[in-house]
Amino acid sequence: MSASGVVREIGWRTLSVLAELGGMLVFTIAFLKAAVTPPLRGRRFVEEIYNQGFLSLIIVCISGLAVGMVLGLQGYNTLVRFGAEGSLGTVVGLGLIRELGPVLTALLVVGRAGSATAAEIASMVTSEQLDGLRMMSIDPIEIVVAPKALALIFVMPILTTLFVLFGLAGAYFIGVGLMGLDAGIFISGLKSSIRFSDDIGGCFFKALIFGFLAGLIATYRGYNAAPTAAGVSAATTSTVVVTSVAVLIGDYFVTALWGFRI
Amino acid sequence: MMQGSPAYDAHVRFEHVRMGFGTRTVFEDLVCGFPRGQISVLLGGSGSGKSTLLRLLGGLIRPAAGKIFVGDDEVTGAPEPTLYQIRSKIGMLFQGGALLDSLTVFDNLALPLREHSDLSEDAITETIRAQLSAVGLEKIDHLLPGQLSGGMLRRAALARAILREPEILLCDEPFSGLDPSSVKRIEMLLAKVNQERGITVLVVSHHIASTLRLADHALLLLPGRSVEGKPADLHRSEDAEVADFFDEDLAIDDVTPTASETLGS
Ligand SMILES: Nc1ncnc2c1ncn2[C@@H]1O[C@H](COP(=O)(O)OP(=O)(O)OP(=O)(O)O)[C@@H](O)[C@H]1O
Ligand SMILES: [Mg+2]
Repeated sequence: MSASGVVREIGWRTLSVLAELGGMLVFTIAFLKAAVTPPLRGRRFVEEIYNQGFLSLIIVCISGLAVGMVLGLQGYNTLVRFGAEGSLGTVVGLGLIRELGPVLTALLVVGRAGSATAAEIASMVTSEQLDGLRMMSIDPIEIVVAPKALALIFVMPILTTLFVLFGLAGAYFIGVGLMGLDAGIFISGLKSSIRFSDDIGGCFFKALIFGFLAGLIATYRGYNAAPTAAGVSAATTSTVVVTSVAVLIGDYFVTALWGFRI
Repeated sequence: MMQGSPAYDAHVRFEHVRMGFGTRTVFEDLVCGFPRGQISVLLGGSGSGKSTLLRLLGGLIRPAAGKIFVGDDEVTGAPEPTLYQIRSKIGMLFQGGALLDSLTVFDNLALPLREHSDLSEDAITETIRAQLSAVGLEKIDHLLPGQLSGGMLRRAALARAILREPEILLCDEPFSGLDPSSVKRIEMLLAKVNQERGITVLVVSHHIASTLRLADHALLLLPGRSVEGKPADLHRSEDAEVADFFDEDLAIDDVTPTASETLGS
């Protein structure tokens, strides 16, 4: 490729990224407007919570347990070298609550519920269901997009909490049950080191932000899918990829800013 | 052909509409109209822009240039709220039905009523029952669209399209993929809707035979131009391209069950 070709390519890419961001901004505003203007679609919202929450419930719990057990093993084996195995509860608790809980839950939920949301909306585009709604003077953002995105935002903190609880249970099982650590020490390490506003508040804040990212990206990708089978699969794939990257990058910024706040 | 002001009372008018996708031009300078209270058929080869014309009319896509009128309302350039008002006068039957597949047939039909009217649930139920039996469907309220046959689905979608008493009904290939008796049935329903309620009907169709039976008016989309007039006149047209279109399709139709059934009946 010639030099001017490269420049042109970079120019194109930049423009298309900007167009994408602009489209996303407009979409976000439409979503927020639909979310706060009555009628509030309580029933649709609850249905979606059930769908999305339920979809992810089991994998989140099992993954939380597995991650907690691994943390328990690794943590114990590392800490025991310094004779500090008593702080296993602290290490596992902080790791799960501050980082692993929100981030891994977000990645799991995106892979399960986010991709399903994108695929469902994209196939509604393909089969002209959204155009059908428009022709009946019904805004698809109000009735399809908003309940789904809101539900994803809403379930993320709940699932994150479950992930953390199962993770702690897994670590407890390994540390106390298997390695013979004293239960009181494990629990008190956990209790004394975790600060409510800082750690737990940060955890919820992250979960909300990740839920917002997942909800918006999944619905946006589905909504703007090309009306073909390839369009549906592209929407699904890109939802998982883009949201995962956005969650990891977002995690850095939230961590940095949240720490700064204190 | 029929340029300038048409000789009929046009319910829908396209004035010098230009439309394309990317570098592909679909309409260069489309001028046409559809008479009020009559059944018009939209003909043309695959990719000639029939669906695009209906989507333009419904304001689902916007043309690059030109104006489109529904009655006295201009669709082009109308902001979204106005568009929603114009659409309340338009019913559209999509090719695949476009019913929401997460809702039952009943809830699909109830949706526009619940959104746009203050009817009680009882009144809604009554309206829907009446509408469904008008299209010959009974006891399927609780089924999901995926559980219906193609013909039933099309009729349920038709019931939804005429539920809000539109002034115009747009049908995108209502006959495709249906068996001959279902084709007849839908054909009769469209004629009934047109006669009983005086609704202007626009039908996209590949079935020349049914076109000749059904339509009062036809628009044929050819590459780079369009021709409109009475179906029978177009059929006998001296314009080679137009005559060819009818001949070829009739020839193909001859081997399909529809035509043979038509001949037999
Ligand atoms: N969303 C779109 N993006 C790009 N091109 C499109 C789009 N919709 C339609 N086209 C193109 O516009 C042309 C007209 O399409 P349209 O669907 O209106 O044809 P049609 O007459 O309905 O054909 P068919 O009989 O096959 O349904 C086609 O060449 C198609 O490729
Ligand atoms: Mg078409």
